[in-house]
Amino acid sequence: MLELDAEAIYRHLAQRAREQFVGEPLKLVGVHTGGVWLAERLRQTLQIADPVGILDVSFYRDDFDRSGLKAAVRPSQIAFDVADAHILLVDDVLNTGRTVRAAMNEIFDYGRPAKIDLAVLIDRGGRELPVAASIVGATLELPADVGVVLTRDDDGRLHLTMEKRGAE
Amino acid sequence: MPSSNPQLNSNGELHHLLSIDGLPRVVIERILTTADSFINIAEREVKSVPLLRGKSVFNLFFENSTRTRTTFEIAARRLSADVFNLDIVRSSAAKGESLLDTIDNLTAMQADIFVVRHAASGAPYLIARHVAPHVHVINAGDGRHAHPTQGLLDVYTIRHFKKEFSNLTVAIVGDILHSRVARSDIHALTTLGVPEVRAVGPLTLLPAGLEEMGVRVCTRLDDGIRDADVIIMLRLQSERMRGALLPSAAEYFANYGLTQEKLALAKPDAIVMHPGPMNRGVEIDSSVADGDHSVILPQVTFGIAVRMAALSIVASSSRMQ
Repeated sequence: MLELDAEAIYRHLAQRAREQFVGEPLKLVGVHTGGVWLAERLRQTLQIADPVGILDVSFYRDDFDRSGLKAAVRPSQIAFDVADAHILLVDDVLNTGRTVRAAMNEIFDYGRPAKIDLAVLIDRGGRELPVAASIVGATLELPADVGVVLTRDDDGRLHLTMEKRGAE
Repeated sequence: MPSSNPQLNSNGELHHLLSIDGLPRVVIERILTTADSFINIAEREVKSVPLLRGKSVFNLFFENSTRTRTTFEIAARRLSADVFNLDIVRSSAAKGESLLDTIDNLTAMQADIFVVRHAASGAPYLIARHVAPHVHVINAGDGRHAHPTQGLLDVYTIRHFKKEFSNLTVAIVGDILHSRVARSDIHALTTLGVPEVRAVGPLTLLPAGLEEMGVRVCTRLDDGIRDADVIIMLRLQSERMRGALLPSAAEYFANYGLTQEKLALAKPDAIVMHPGPMNRGVEIDSSVADGDHSVILPQVTFGIAVRMAALSIVASSSRMQ
């Protein structure tokens, strides 16, 4: 198990967000669970009034026939009006792009946004769909069997660990 | 863990939903939690999710029930399934086709899920034993036996308004003997740890063996609803009146009808439930049905989310045979 400096990577992401979206009336949507933590941090950094929208994309995944429904689905909730909004979609790790596709499909069921940008803490490559992030905290080249996991401690600090998948 | 419960697959996952009797608490809780995530969908611009896109749900109603069939249809459509309603009362059964022949024919039409309502107790079990491994069966009410999605939506409603089960007193009032709803409610409530479940009704409408199910029997309404947190009124079917079980609707209402006066015996924040359709003035007074304690309409709304959860969870176990 290897730990990365998640706070330093987040600071880089926040800096990129300030540069790119200064003065923009952004609305934030985080993907459960790590994406929501990051979106909440970005909400403070960018001083956005609207509450963070929360997506659990379980009902939009493309692998239901293979993997079924995960045991603990949490409610999605977007309290602001999505129609004509400029949305920054936030997730912790960008890999195949399938979660982003599912999240975009779900957002459109709330309304037609003017624009969607994508912010991710880690881009680990391995894309299976034509998806690219607008801003990235760090780019990593990782073997397919290595997973990256974002956690948050009781003080709200972020931690990123890498470990072989299947290893306990 | 291998299971002898015909509803569960070899991984202990829900493959068919036939009865709440024998369902582990975690399975019930998973259905309730998943239903939470379907509640908000009705408020969005697009009121469906693509989860069961391409799946075919056949509503097989061998017994009339507009409300249950409609809520299953709405639930399946909100999951983007293709829905086919078969009113069997008027079609092949009338031509002498056997139940299992009907099922075989529909399976050949690529059915993925059968939602079955049948007057004979156990009919959904027969179908579940017969279908191909990738096909799922949901019991929408069989005889006097079970109505599991009604039981689940009742406990969902109770959880919504009361948050916890561990300190509740729940009174189920009326024709317990003939009620599949009562049976499903009792199994759901005791499995979720409700400490006091009461069955309230005239002796002629109370089945034997209730105490063994962990239920307290009350033959007087006052005793049954005193200090209750939840009162579930059951529909009194009019055909019971024609037999020797009950004298008359008026006398039933006088003894067991829920009026404001009787309701005052329950806790001040008690909720009143009814599976519908109601007989106003027989088992429940109109002022109670439409009053502040009534959660009868929220039950209907929650029923759609609970049925969406049941459909998606059984469909989810396909690959686990």
